Amino acid sequence: MKPIIAVEGLGKRYRLGGQTHNSLRDAVASIVRAPLKRFRSSSSPKTLWALKDVSFEVAPGEVVGIIGRNGAGKSTLLKILSQITRPTTGRVALNGRVGSLLEVGTGFHSELTGRENVFLNGAILGMTRAEIQRKFDEIVSFAETEQFLDTPVKHYSSGMTVRLAFAVAAHLEPEILIIDEVLTIGDVEFQKKCLGKMDEVTRAGRTVLFVSHDLNSVNAICERALLLHEGQIVKSGVTADVTRYYLDHSNSMFSPITWSTRPDAEAKEIQLNSISAWQNGMATSAINCREPFTIHVDYVINDPVRGSRFYLVFRDEHGEIIFTTSDYDVMTSEAMTRRPGRFISRVEIPGGLLKEGAYYASLGVDVRDNPKLVFAADDALHFDVFEPEDDIQAGRHKRAGGIAPLLNWEISEISLGK
Amino acid sequence: MKTTESHTNLTASASASPNPEISPNSDPFADAKILIDSHDSALGLHIRELWSFRELLLFLTWRDIKLRYKQTALGATWVIIQPLFAMLLFTLFFGKLARMPSDNVPYPLFAYAGLVPWTFFSNAITNSGHSLVGNANLISKVYFPRIYIPAGAVGAGILDFAIAALLLVPMLFYYKVALTWQLLLMPMFAGLATALALAVGMWLAALNVKYRDIRYAIPFLVQLWLFASPVIYPASLVPAKWKWVLAINPMTGVIEGFRSSVLGTPLDAATILTSVVVTLIILIFSFVAFRRVEDSFADVV
Repeated sequence: MKPIIAVEGLGKRYRLGGQTHNSLRDAVASIVRAPLKRFRSSSSPKTLWALKDVSFEVAPGEVVGIIGRNGAGKSTLLKILSQITRPTTGRVALNGRVGSLLEVGTGFHSELTGRENVFLNGAILGMTRAEIQRKFDEIVSFAETEQFLDTPVKHYSSGMTVRLAFAVAAHLEPEILIIDEVLTIGDVEFQKKCLGKMDEVTRAGRTVLFVSHDLNSVNAICERALLLHEGQIVKSGVTADVTRYYLDHSNSMFSPITWSTRPDAEAKEIQLNSISAWQNGMATSAINCREPFTIHVDYVINDPVRGSRFYLVFRDEHGEIIFTTSDYDVMTSEAMTRRPGRFISRVEIPGGLLKEGAYYASLGVDVRDNPKLVFAADDALHFDVFEPEDDIQAGRHKRAGGIAPLLNWEISEISLGK
Repeated sequence: MKTTESHTNLTASASASPNPEISPNSDPFADAKILIDSHDSALGLHIRELWSFRELLLFLTWRDIKLRYKQTALGATWVIIQPLFAMLLFTLFFGKLARMPSDNVPYPLFAYAGLVPWTFFSNAITNSGHSLVGNANLISKVYFPRIYIPAGAVGAGILDFAIAALLLVPMLFYYKVALTWQLLLMPMFAGLATALALAVGMWLAALNVKYRDIRYAIPFLVQLWLFASPVIYPASLVPAKWKWVLAINPMTGVIEGFRSSVLGTPLDAATILTSVVVTLIILIFSFVAFRRVEDSFADVV
C-alpha cells in the first residue's frame, strides 16, 4: 500500500543568536561588515540541528506515536509536517489533508464568543463554512459548552476553552491528524472522551500522528511509535517495544549532559552522572502538579569529601528562581564526610506546590572547607508541570507569587450566625 | 509546496520503515498531494491553495471588524470622526488661512472627498503592516496561506471606507453638487485603493516580521505619503511639467479619481492610468516578495 506520509532525510537547522537581524540597523551594519566577514572564518554563526536525517513512512490508517524528551525534535518534526516551517534538508510527501492540533485553541480570541470562535477556528484549520455549519451542533455538544455559546471565551475556564478547541479540531476530519500533547490538558473525564474520539477517528481510516509525554496514552492508542532523541530517530517499531526502550534508556536520555566525561580538574572528587525527574515510578519530564515527584541525582564520589553540599536551584521559564533546596536539610553536621562510591540522591518535591509551566533545575555541589566551587550545571534538567484537573483548585495557577501551594485551611465556627 | 518530483532514493526511506504493508515499489514522492521540500526552487504562486482557503479571508476580515467594534467604546463612530475632524482642521488651516485652491469645489467637500480614500489607505497599511506580528501565535501554530492575514486587515477597512463615504451624500446635498455618471466609476477607484493598500500592507507586514523597526517607520511613512498625495491640495496645483512625478505616486490616481467621480470634476486619464500601472507593479512585486519569505515567518516571528 502506498504510504500516506513519507519523510525522507528530513533536517531542520536553527541559527542560534547572531545572524537574525531584528532591527534594520543590524542588517545594515552587517552588510557593511560583510566584506570583512569572509576573512574571519571562525565567526560562523552557531547552529543547531533540531532535526537531522529523519526518514520514515506511515501507511493510511496507522496511529503512530512520537515520543522523546523535551528538545528531542518532536515539535520541529510536527511543525514541518503541518507546513508551519520549511525543512532545511529532505522532503515530505503527504497524501491527504493535514489537520494539526499543535496547540489547541490556536486562533481562539478571548473577545469573541464561543460560537464565533468555532467558525473562526474551523476556517483557520481549513474547514469551509458549510462544513462547520454542518458539524456545529456536534462540535458544541462534544465540548459540552451549549449554554455558553454566546459568551465571550474570556469568561470560559481554561478547561472549557480546551474542550471547545479540541472539539473543533477533532471534527475537522482530515486524512492525517497531527496531535501534540492535547490529552495532558482538561479533566480526566474529558481526556477519556478525547481518547474515544481519537479511536473513532482512526477506525474511520484516518491516520494519526500522536505526540505525547504520557507513555500510557501512547501505549493505549498507538500501534507503532518513533523515539526521537537529539533530532534523530533512535528507535521505531511496535509501541510497547519503543516505550520499553525509552524507559530503559531514560536515564541517559533525560540527562542532557553526560558529566562523566567532564575534564574539569575540580570535579575529580565528585563526578555527576545524571539528573532526572521521576513521578509514579517513571522518569518523565511532564509532571502532574497534584502529585509529588522526585529529582534523582546520580553521582560518584572518588575521594572522601568533607563538608560538601548538594543543592538544586529551580527556575521558571522566565529565569526567576522559584526555590532552592540542599541536602543540608537532612544532615546533622555541616562537616559530614562523604564516603567513596556511587550514589543516587533523591529529593521529593511535594504535590500541590508548583504552578503549571516549564521549569529548569540547576545542580551544584560546593565544599565548605574549599571555597572553590566543585561543580555547577546550569539548567541541567528541564521539566513541565501540568494541571490535570479542571476544578476550583486549578485556578491557583493564576495567583500572584512564584508558587501556588495547596494549603490546609481550617475553618471553624466561633459563634452561631443568625 | 511543489506538486511533483520524480527522482527519489527509495531504499533509504523504505528500510527506515518497519511497516511491512508499504511496498517499496510505489514512489510516495511521485504524485504526492502535498510535497514539502527543502528547496522550493519553482516560485509557484499556489493559486489553487489560495482558492481552497478563500473563505478564511472572509473570516479573518470579519474577525478584524468584529474585534474592533467590540473593543472600542465609540465603535463605528470612529470611522466618521477620523476623516471629519481632519476635514475640519484642513478647512481651517489650508482652506481658510492658506487659501488653498480646490478646483472650484467648496474646500470642505474637496478635502473630505480626498480624506475618505486616504483614511482608508493609511489605516489599511498600518493595520496590515502590524498584522503578521500581531498574529504571531497563529503563524507559529497553524498552517494556512499567510497572505490572508494582511489581506484580512485591509478587507476589514473596506466597511469603514463605505461608512465614511456615505457621509458624502449629505455633504453633496448641502453644497448642492449634482451627481454625474462618473459616480459609477467610484467602485473602481475604491478597488484601486484596496489593491494598493494590499500591496503596500503585505510588504510592510513581511518586513515587520524580520525588522521590528518597521513599527516605528509606518506612522512616519503614512505622514510623508499624505503630503506627497493630493489630499490637502489639488493635483492641478503642481506645474504640468512635474505632473508625472505626482502621478508616480499611485495614491494620486486613487484620490484624484475618487474625488472626480464623486464631485463630477474632469478625470485625468493619464494620471489614473499611470497609477493603475504602478499599483499593479507594486502588487506583483510584493506578492512575490511575500511568497519568498512566507515560509520563514514561523521561525522568526
